[in-house]
Amino acid sequence: MDDDFFRMTGIIKRYQMGDELQTVLRGVNLTVREGEFVSVLGPSGSGKSTLMNIIGCLDTPTEGQYILRGRDIGKQDARQLAAIRNREIGFVFQSFQLLPRLDALRNVELPLIYGGMPEKKRMERAEEVLVRVGLQDKLYHHPNQLSGGQQQRVAIARALATNPSILLADEPTGALDQATGKQVMSLFEEIAQEGRNIIMITHDLSIARHARRVVHILDGMLTEGESLHA
Amino acid sequence: MLRKKLSLWKESMRMSVMNIWSSKMRSFLTVLGIVIGVMAIIALITIMQSATTEVTDEFTAMGTGRLVVNAQGTPLKSGLTVADMEAIRAIPNVQGVSPTVTSTATVKSDNAWVEDVTIDGYNEVYFRRNAELVGRGRALTPLDVESKNRVALLDSTAVHHLFYAQDPMGRKVYIRGYEFTIIGVLSDADSSDVLAQAQSDGTDGGRIIIPYSTAMTLTGTRNIASLSVYVTDTAYTQQVQSALENELNAAFNYKDDSYRVINMESLLDTMDTMLSMMTMLLVGIASIALLVGGIGIMNMMLVTVSERTTEIGLRKALGAEPGQIQLQFLIESIILSLSGGVIGVAMGLAVSYLFSVIAGFGFVVSGSAIALGVGFSAAVGIVFGWAPARKASALNPIDALRSI
Repeated sequence: MDDDFFRMTGIIKRYQMGDELQTVLRGVNLTVREGEFVSVLGPSGSGKSTLMNIIGCLDTPTEGQYILRGRDIGKQDARQLAAIRNREIGFVFQSFQLLPRLDALRNVELPLIYGGMPEKKRMERAEEVLVRVGLQDKLYHHPNQLSGGQQQRVAIARALATNPSILLADEPTGALDQATGKQVMSLFEEIAQEGRNIIMITHDLSIARHARRVVHILDGMLTEGESLHA
Repeated sequence: MLRKKLSLWKESMRMSVMNIWSSKMRSFLTVLGIVIGVMAIIALITIMQSATTEVTDEFTAMGTGRLVVNAQGTPLKSGLTVADMEAIRAIPNVQGVSPTVTSTATVKSDNAWVEDVTIDGYNEVYFRRNAELVGRGRALTPLDVESKNRVALLDSTAVHHLFYAQDPMGRKVYIRGYEFTIIGVLSDADSSDVLAQAQSDGTDGGRIIIPYSTAMTLTGTRNIASLSVYVTDTAYTQQVQSALENELNAAFNYKDDSYRVINMESLLDTMDTMLSMMTMLLVGIASIALLVGGIGIMNMMLVTVSERTTEIGLRKALGAEPGQIQLQFLIESIILSLSGGVIGVAMGLAVSYLFSVIAGFGFVVSGSAIALGVGFSAAVGIVFGWAPARKASALNPIDALRSI
């Protein structure tokens, strides 16, 4: 069971760029144990965004096998992938990606709507996760009334709403100043301590170090880095 | 499953209303085409229906169960004789015959002088059929006709010209030198008789009704050019018409084009068909505005989809299925065009109400017209929202999110 939680073997991703066939990932192997906090560290152009899309089931690999909780992602259709994204994956983006017309509560509610939860329970759950990220007094604020750090907290709350098995973060501190970034990172650490998987993609070593395990990606190849915090 | 769908519908509607409201000006301009199209359709249908009702009522008031005979006659015989008329009256199921002997004359009173007054010769049957015609005084009686009494009924125009600000009852008028006693005044509300109105048009001297027998003597004619035949029951109209035609053929020696019989009912049917054809044609033309409006909606939806690429990507990342994205944009386009439709219906009804007030018609709100307008606009939303919604649902979430 543990072995089959998250396993990527020989992942190859090629894109057709005009006449040229570009290989972005060249045989990535990655196994993540349940409850691990992993950073994927790499410079821009290294293929880390592509890797994130595949981990997040937004994209499927050209070759190789990706098993998430016993399911072969390469064999799922668009609807099944949507359901997997909804239930298993919580996305945190660099630029927060909150819908400006909705307040914090409604933003957090969104994935629960696609999950098919009844409205009353949705609002309860949304409030619960917003309280969890420390925004109990900002429930009805719209994104433009919140600071960057608060917006990212709303986004994290949204990612946690469906109680996914993986929190997938793409440069979560990229749009924040250092102090706020630190606060967000300590929130990630707390979440990790609760036993949730976090996979964070970044180009910043100091941010990557918050994870217990750092893997490096360069030119579409993954290499295991030193294990931090023992 | 059902609950999930309901939640999605509700959320999609909430988002749509928010999005439409947040760009009010753009949304308004977009739906303007729909508004105009639906307004035109509603106004046209409602006005045409009011007009049809009005015309039908007028024709019915003029009398169904009435056949109008216009006899041009032949070179040998320029109209119907009194004997012919008696023969027509003897046809089974004929209730009465009312001849019309029309001429114009200069009329004098003691203190005034009017040219071009229409002199209509009628009998008592005409007044029995049009009881509301007499405003004051009495109608013509069979005795008046039989004894060729010189009695007259004047309409308000004639009264105005001949007896300005005086009571005309019992006074005298002189038509072609003959003295007539005024026995009555016609009511103004004789608009029920379209034909009589049409006959009296073109002269502004007014209208005077006298016994037809007197009128024949007055003009020196032996023949009657026009008469109305009343049927006891509308069920017999056809039967009476053929008997009447036989009689007329005999009277005019089977000469072509010597007479014409107008059946008020078939005239009504023809009119009805004509009006509904005209309505269809006008609605067809108005539909072009709807088509143009639909293209406007499509354009705005395509713009919306490209503007909200990242939102679409985000929703997909959060677990939205392609069909759910499509539904959201389809709902938005339907709400957009439906709101245009509702505004259009309201404006169309306002326009037709205004028209009915100005034209003096009864205002008839047609439920089917409203249903048509609302249904049309919803259909436009579906048809023209489909392609943009499809495009949104087919967006690759990565491409969509990459514009971050």
